[in-house]
Amino acid sequence: LSRRLAQLFHGRPRLQAGALLAGPVGWLVVGYLGSLALLLLAALWSVNPVSGELVKGLSFENFETLFDEPVYRTIVGRTVAIAALVTLTDALLAFPIAFYMAKVASRRTRAALVVAVLIPLWSSYLVKVLSWRNMLSGGGLIDWLLEPLGLHGPGYGNTAVWLVMSYLWLPYMILPIFAGLERIPDSLISASEDLGGRPFTTFRRVILPLAFPAVVAGSIFTFALTLGDYITPKLVSNNQFIGNVVFNNISTNLPFAAALALVPIVVMIGYLLVARKLGAFEHI
Amino acid sequence: VRTHQANPARTAWLIVGGLLAAMAVLAGCGSSGSSSGGEELQKLGKGEGQLNLISWAGYVEDEWVKPFEEKTGCKVNNKTAGTSDEMVSLMRSGEYDGVSASGNATARLFEGGDVSPVNVSLVPNYKTVFADLKGQPYNTFEGKPYGIPHGRGANLLMWNGDSVKPAPRSWNVTMDPKVAAKYKGKISQYDDPMSIAEAAVYLKAHDAKLGIEDPYELNEEQFQAAVQLLTEQRPLVGEYWSEAEKQISSFASGDSLVGTTWQYQYFLLKEEGKPVAASPASQGFLPEEGATGWSDTWMISSSAAHPNCMYMWMNWIIEPKANAEVAEYFGEAPAQELACEHTKNPNFCAEYHAEEPAFWKRVYYWKTPLADCGNGETDCKNYNDWVQAWTSIKG
Repeated sequence: LSRRLAQLFHGRPRLQAGALLAGPVGWLVVGYLGSLALLLLAALWSVNPVSGELVKGLSFENFETLFDEPVYRTIVGRTVAIAALVTLTDALLAFPIAFYMAKVASRRTRAALVVAVLIPLWSSYLVKVLSWRNMLSGGGLIDWLLEPLGLHGPGYGNTAVWLVMSYLWLPYMILPIFAGLERIPDSLISASEDLGGRPFTTFRRVILPLAFPAVVAGSIFTFALTLGDYITPKLVSNNQFIGNVVFNNISTNLPFAAALALVPIVVMIGYLLVARKLGAFEHI
Repeated sequence: VRTHQANPARTAWLIVGGLLAAMAVLAGCGSSGSSSGGEELQKLGKGEGQLNLISWAGYVEDEWVKPFEEKTGCKVNNKTAGTSDEMVSLMRSGEYDGVSASGNATARLFEGGDVSPVNVSLVPNYKTVFADLKGQPYNTFEGKPYGIPHGRGANLLMWNGDSVKPAPRSWNVTMDPKVAAKYKGKISQYDDPMSIAEAAVYLKAHDAKLGIEDPYELNEEQFQAAVQLLTEQRPLVGEYWSEAEKQISSFASGDSLVGTTWQYQYFLLKEEGKPVAASPASQGFLPEEGATGWSDTWMISSSAAHPNCMYMWMNWIIEPKANAEVAEYFGEAPAQELACEHTKNPNFCAEYHAEEPAFWKRVYYWKTPLADCGNGETDCKNYNDWVQAWTSIKG
């Protein structure tokens, strides 16, 4: 049989490639696109208000609720705003760190820094959020640190969510920027200096444009991760994010949860289209 | 350098086409939703050797499960669920034989055809279950019993004894905006639509002209009043909790000072030596308005693969000794009258008011809000409205 198979594939490069790719492509189509399609479909169903059973007919009721109830606009707005804020914060924090790692640090320091950036990713997400919960609590570490200055910690709320998310997703921003900066040849920086470019001009006109796609690539991670998270908001605030409402509806009103879950997807598609325009995918 | 630029439009159309095709296939697979409940078992047969249960944490523990397994040969596989919603969706998977459903799940399970009526003549211990637990609207449908009562309790008002003085005797510390303002940012509220019923219990006692009878059967006006109360409470709430651990940590740290809780958190915090207090047992753990509570029912799945074992379990869990064990372990009043003779703490039943029907009249057991008000009117708010309103309250 193996001989016949070998014969079949011999000299047929298309068939070879097809057989080789069937698994991964099949997985992509069924596992990813299939589940997306199901999500879209489920969003058009509704539930029987008495039994809570699914009614598998087509209706746009869920989308109507989504648009009509002001609370969902608030929640979507809040989620997107925090996601944008976290992304901006991480970009501002990550750039100097990544720059130091890529261009200034010695080989050994660089290795140590890469490990330092990666280590937080080894520990459990929940442990990290719960420790932030403790630090942010009244009379907790942050209050204690700020007390001599006559200040108070932010307590639980949007600020806490912003802080925790910025902390959680920082490595996802540092690593792409680091990779992007590392690819810029030192000779370009020297050339800029030789041509009379001052450090700031060199940064603005040489380094930033070259590294910008990497920043955008990193921002896709931070933005998407913030957009989808629901555990952090639950643990360090009382505010609802898109994920929380999806979670709350998932067992009582699956179709509505599905309709709501489409919102971040739409936001993300928009974001990716902008990112593509900015050239984030050219180096991948 | 780009050598080859794929045509993005073409790729996009291919993906859209693929999605539409997948949708068409999936739509074809969709089965019709409605199913009917099963029939009640007529005769008890031999055990099937296995039993798959869904339960609240603390209901299925080795202490009383091991003897059951030895006696019946039914090996128990337990899955604990955190919320009633989770229980309903687990039951709909059809892979479980039974569930310890609270009153806010039972009607949904019945309407969904997920559970069968119980032939109580096959459950000998049922005879001595407290009479006021039988034939209740959350465990009896169309005149047939749909489960075996397991135990009951009230949701407590808990506070920090060091900071909240004098000891509150009313829910007004969390519900009346004027009184509650004193604890702004320190109030702990259960993160569940059932909190609307808590507001309704408060309004029933304090706003007679609303005419609330049953806090789970609210018409538009009554419902809006309860929602309004909780909306006013929103800026005062320090934390909405849904995981017990979350509430324990904020009461332990002093971030929360007063709020609704369950026995579990209260006793755990007390054990840790935290200065928490609740309405004393002498007042029945209840503030003056009464309280929301729960009465749990073991229900049998309409697609149970091991019905005989499930019947044996339903009889076992209200066996006087086993029922006493589970009630003491969990901290609730037993459903079995004879259990009171078997508790390790001889005063247990007295402390939990297990034998006082008058006490339980002031506890409003969780049940599923339905459009049918139960008094002939059909303009009551259903559970979806409650879920929606709860989202809006939290904002």
